[in-house]
Amino acid sequence: MIRSDILREIAPLLRDQLVICNIGLPSQELHLIDDQPTNFYMLGTMGLASSIGLGLALAQDKKVISIDGDGSVLTNFGTLPTIANNVADNFILLIIDNGSYGSTGDQPTYAGRKTSLAAVAAACGCDNVVECQAEEVGGVLQAAIAGDRMTIIVAKCESGNIKVPVITMDPVVIRNRFMDTVKS
Amino acid sequence: MSIHSKIVDDMVANDIGFVTTVPCKQLAGVIEEVEARPEIHHVPANKEDEGMGLCAGAYMGGKRPAIIMQNTAIGVTINTLVTLTQFYRMPLPMLISYRGELREPVACQAEMAVHTKALLNQLHIPTYHFHHEADAEELDAILKYTFMCSKPVAILTDATFWGGY
Repeated sequence: MIRSDILREIAPLLRDQLVICNIGLPSQELHLIDDQPTNFYMLGTMGLASSIGLGLALAQDKKVISIDGDGSVLTNFGTLPTIANNVADNFILLIIDNGSYGSTGDQPTYAGRKTSLAAVAAACGCDNVVECQAEEVGGVLQAAIAGDRMTIIVAKCESGNIKVPVITMDPVVIRNRFMDTVKS
Repeated sequence: MSIHSKIVDDMVANDIGFVTTVPCKQLAGVIEEVEARPEIHHVPANKEDEGMGLCAGAYMGGKRPAIIMQNTAIGVTINTLVTLTQFYRMPLPMLISYRGELREPVACQAEMAVHTKALLNQLHIPTYHFHHEADAEELDAILKYTFMCSKPVAILTDATFWGGY
């Protein structure tokens, strides 16, 4: 399974949740598969999906899912200690770890080599880290949504991309409709 | 009242409820005061762009955010300021220690100081410079302005403002 297969499978689970989606192909794929006002698409700013999600989770009570990638977490490594030390039990960080920088042409990341993001997250102090294979993500995510503990999921999958159009929606429109759903 | 209390009082009076910080010696008193206030959720960040991400999330969650950082962070955060804070039109007061100005003991700080206002100007970020303690009287108006126009706004505070090192 590649990232878009995972997104397609978990789309029904994401539909009713606040989702902060990573820059580039992940946002474009989610937008294509199931565009929802509860999705906040990052059009730029690599690495900050987990930070935006944590800030959102700390500021209000609804469940928040940040969909991140291994490359983006490596870009913003400081996020893991911040998440560990500022526990928000309504926060789920789903790292889709395909071992590559997908949006830029599948160059390999260190997470696909010797570095284990699950081990790093645990070493940073994250108490509830689950590593799983692509086929298991649906069940793991469902359990995390049903639970009331902050969860870091590292979902291992194959690298590869599908052809998707870029998102042309205005960023202020994305932000505004997202904020309306946060308030509702 | 200490200048630290006055600054944080103005933040609280403007409903700022979420503050991220990356420390600076000059800002230590303000950060201590932020941490002590029950009205403010304080989240220390490891890097300023991460802090701006946290602020963006908190803003979308209904809290008014602010970031406290050094001017060296302008170099770190240009991409985030442009592609997140400005592109999605979000307000962000940035209380910044303006290192490398008069009374600075560390030569390297002057290297970033000479670029600070030029960079902020290039980014079209409204910028205010506190040099004397009385300049802080404008903070309340600056915060109101920031949330009125939904922009990142810089408040540079130099060593003379803080009474030296």
